[in-house]
Amino acid sequence: MDTKFSADVIVVGAGPSGIAAALSVAKKGKRVILVDRSQYPGSKNMYGGAVYTTALKEVFEDDFEKIKYERIINSHTWSFLNETSSFDLTYKDSSSKYAYAIKRFNLESQMIEIAKENGVYYIPNTLVTNLIQENNCVVGIQTEYEKYYAPITILADGVNSLLARELKLRNDYKPKDMILSIKEAIKLDKKTIEERFNLKDDLTNGVNKQYFGSSFGALKEYKNLFMMTFLYTFKDTVMLGVGVNLADLSKNKLNINMILDEVKQHPDIAPLIKNGQTIEYSAHLIPEGGYKKIPKLTSNGVIIAGDAAGFVNGVHFEGTNFALISGKLAGESALIALENDDYSANTLSIYTKKLENSFILKDLYSYRNILENLYSRSHSLSVYYPEKIKQLFEIITSANCVSKSQQIRKYFFSFFKDRKINELFKDITTALKCALDIFFGK
Amino acid sequence: MTQKDKNEKSIQDKLTTIKYNCDSNSHLSVDLKKCAKCKDKICTKICPAKVYEYDENLKEIIVQYENCLECGACRIACPKDAIKWEYPSSGCGVIFKNN
Repeated sequence: MDTKFSADVIVVGAGPSGIAAALSVAKKGKRVILVDRSQYPGSKNMYGGAVYTTALKEVFEDDFEKIKYERIINSHTWSFLNETSSFDLTYKDSSSKYAYAIKRFNLESQMIEIAKENGVYYIPNTLVTNLIQENNCVVGIQTEYEKYYAPITILADGVNSLLARELKLRNDYKPKDMILSIKEAIKLDKKTIEERFNLKDDLTNGVNKQYFGSSFGALKEYKNLFMMTFLYTFKDTVMLGVGVNLADLSKNKLNINMILDEVKQHPDIAPLIKNGQTIEYSAHLIPEGGYKKIPKLTSNGVIIAGDAAGFVNGVHFEGTNFALISGKLAGESALIALENDDYSANTLSIYTKKLENSFILKDLYSYRNILENLYSRSHSLSVYYPEKIKQLFEIITSANCVSKSQQIRKYFFSFFKDRKINELFKDITTALKCALDIFFGK
Repeated sequence: MTQKDKNEKSIQDKLTTIKYNCDSNSHLSVDLKKCAKCKDKICTKICPAKVYEYDENLKEIIVQYENCLECGACRIACPKDAIKWEYPSSGCGVIFKNN
C-alpha cells in the first residue's frame, strides 16, 4: 500500500450507514477510520423511533444479541383522523421482534462500541471540511484539524451531505424532494405507558401509530395539507412527531411546530400524552425524492450510502434498514476494489450492482411514483376519505332509527355526488397505478 | 395571542429542552442583498427553531444560529439560494440525547 495512506478506507459519518460500512471493512482485517462531526454518538441524528432488526442482524451478525433496546415495537396502528373522530386499523403480534425502539444516542453508542471491538478506528468530534482530490480521484479528507488519506472514501454523512454536493454527485434537492420532520420526546412513566397503550408489564411490547388526516383544529384552513403523524412508545417516553413536505410548508407559509401543537390537542392523541413532560424537541429532513433523485452513487475513489444517497422508503417509514444495508454493501464494494487495487468509478460501480440486487434499489424503483401519486390526491387522503369513513361508521354505530338500506344506498351514491365525478375517477386510477407499480415492480 | 405569537412562544419553550455546545462563529449566513429582494422571506416562516427573524427597524434578517437544529430545511426552501449553510465546527451545535 502507498505509504501516504493513513487507512484503507475512510468513512465520513457515524450513523447506521457509516458504522455498517466501517464494520464490514474492519471485519476483513482492513484499516478503516470512521470520522464524525459530533461530540457524542448519534447526537445529530433523529428518527421516528424504530431500527429494524433484520438489517441489524445482517450487519452485526453475532454481536446483534448484545444490542439493548428500550422496547420491541410489535403493535402497528394506522389511524385516520377527523375533527372529533378516528378510525383505526391495528396489527399486533406480541411475539414479533422486527423493530426496536432505541434512542439514537444509545443506538449509535452501542453500534460504535461493536465497531471499535472489531477494529474500526473511530474519530469523533471532527468535522470534515472537504475532500482531497488528485487526478480527478478522491484520495482523502481534510478535517478541521488534519488530513487523512485512503484509496477509498465512503460518504455516509447524512441527508444534507455537503460533501456529495461538493463532488457534484447530485444536483441540489428541491423542497418537494424533502420531508421536514419534527418530534417531541415526551416523558411519562413506564407504568403509565403500559396502561395507556395496553402493553404487557415488560419491554418486549411497544406501539407504533401512524395517523393520517389533517382536517382538524386550526389545520382545517390549510386545504390539501398532506402530513404524516407518528407515535412510538419507548420505555418511559412517547415519541410524537409529524412530517410534512417542505414544498407544502413553503407554499402555505406554515411552521411545522404549529402543526405538531395542533396534533397534540387532537382528542385521540391528547389523552395518550396527558401530563407528559417534553424532554427534547428535535428536527430533521427526510429525503423523499426516491428513485428519481438517486445521486451518482460512485465516483473515482468514493462511494455514497444511506441518507446521503437518499435511500429511504417514506411510505413504510423505512430508513434505518436502507442505511445499514447500503453501508454494508458500500463496505463490501470497497473491499473488492482494495483486492483489485483499482479504485476507479468503474470498479466501484459493483456497489450499484449490489444495490440493484438488494431490496434497496428494487423497492425504490417499485415505489418511484407512489409519493408523487399520493401527493396528487392529498385532499382525498387527508380530508375527503377520513370524512367518508366517519360517515360510514355513523351509519353503523348511531342506531338512528332510519332504515339501514336507505342509509347505505344514500352513502353509496354520495361517492358520485359529493364531488365532481372525475375526482373519484382520479382517486381510483391513482390507487390502481400505485398497486400496479408495486405488484409489477422489481 | 395571535397564532403566530403562540407558535413562537411554543418553540421558545421547546428549545429550552435542547442541549447545545454553542459555536463561537455562526455556521449560517444570509446574503442580505438577495434577502432584501425576497418577498416571502420563507425562512422566517418555516424554520422549526425560528432561527430567522426579520427586523423591521434594521430591515434585514437576523440569524440566531445558536438555536439551529441543523435540519437544513432553510437552505433547500430558500427561493433565492441566499442561505449559506454549513455544519457547526467539530463537536459544536445541537446535541440530541433523548430522541
